[in-house]
Amino acid sequence: MKRLLLFLPLAIFILMGAFFLRGLELDPSARESALIGQPLPDFRLPTLENPQRYISKADLQGQVVLLNVWGSWCPSCYQEHPSLLKAAHEYQIPVIGLNYKDEEAAAKVYLQKQGNPYAFNLVEREGERKLAFDLGVYGAPETFIVDAQGVVRYHLAGVLTDAILQQEILPKVRQWQN
Amino acid sequence: MAKLILSLWIALGGLLTINSYAAIEVYQFQAPAGEKRFQVLAEELRCPKCQNQNIAGSDSPIAKDMREELVALLNQGYTDQQIIDAMVQRFGDYVTYTPPVRPSTWLLWYLPFVLLAIGGLVILGLAYQQKRKRQQALPIESDAERQARLQQLLHSKEPNS
Repeated sequence: MKRLLLFLPLAIFILMGAFFLRGLELDPSARESALIGQPLPDFRLPTLENPQRYISKADLQGQVVLLNVWGSWCPSCYQEHPSLLKAAHEYQIPVIGLNYKDEEAAAKVYLQKQGNPYAFNLVEREGERKLAFDLGVYGAPETFIVDAQGVVRYHLAGVLTDAILQQEILPKVRQWQN
Repeated sequence: MAKLILSLWIALGGLLTINSYAAIEVYQFQAPAGEKRFQVLAEELRCPKCQNQNIAGSDSPIAKDMREELVALLNQGYTDQQIIDAMVQRFGDYVTYTPPVRPSTWLLWYLPFVLLAIGGLVILGLAYQQKRKRQQALPIESDAERQARLQQLLHSKEPNS
């Protein structure tokens, strides 16, 4: 019994080691959005395509959409852009852009050069705290799935890859479409 | 010893440095207490983009947005709790350095006290054991017995050793 007790520090060490080893593999920036299961916040924003045209929450309802937060200033947005094009064109998922802290001219050049997966783009300029802030967006890119009733069902902070699109987003979208 | 104490004090001093403000911004507060409350809340709220910085000390755009929102809410007459709730509603528990006490955070809040109690019990147990050992090691002897033992020790000892 006494002898076994001598192994206690080793046991504690192994336990803590396992705990910290797991911590190394966790992504500290990955965390669930507080908005999951919550209705999309109310908003009224102009579009990049037509600054006179205002879109509000009711205009999005009735279909499952991907809401993608992007800016031409954001390097990771260039990286995920092909996957967004794929989502829109190959899988026919309606993708709505939220052009975040960007400049109008730069955003338009971005879409011309990279291709345009977006049905339309909501615009939230630097200094505004509207939809993006209410959604808890803290950078770009971020992607949400919003169901037909306007409830947020999924959130991704960071780059959307083909693998994430096929393994996570597509099944979720199909699930909420039915 | 004095050196050890000095280095301990220096280490402590390092822990207690005051956060410097990364951003120099001018905010207008409607109530005179607003600025004080702003500073407390800006220290309390954690920047969602950064790994471990409060919104007072961060230069990231979201921290700036949050400071501006904080000022706006203060000026709208929100209480401190209402402001924290509004931020948590958007950014989750991550955003506050004192997360609410609920079953999922019990481990976080109470584990240190549980560990302290276990440590205390272990120390008490060890002390009790030591005490009993010491008592067992020194059985009470009569003077005659002691005298006999002493003589035995003295005689068994070789000279000049």
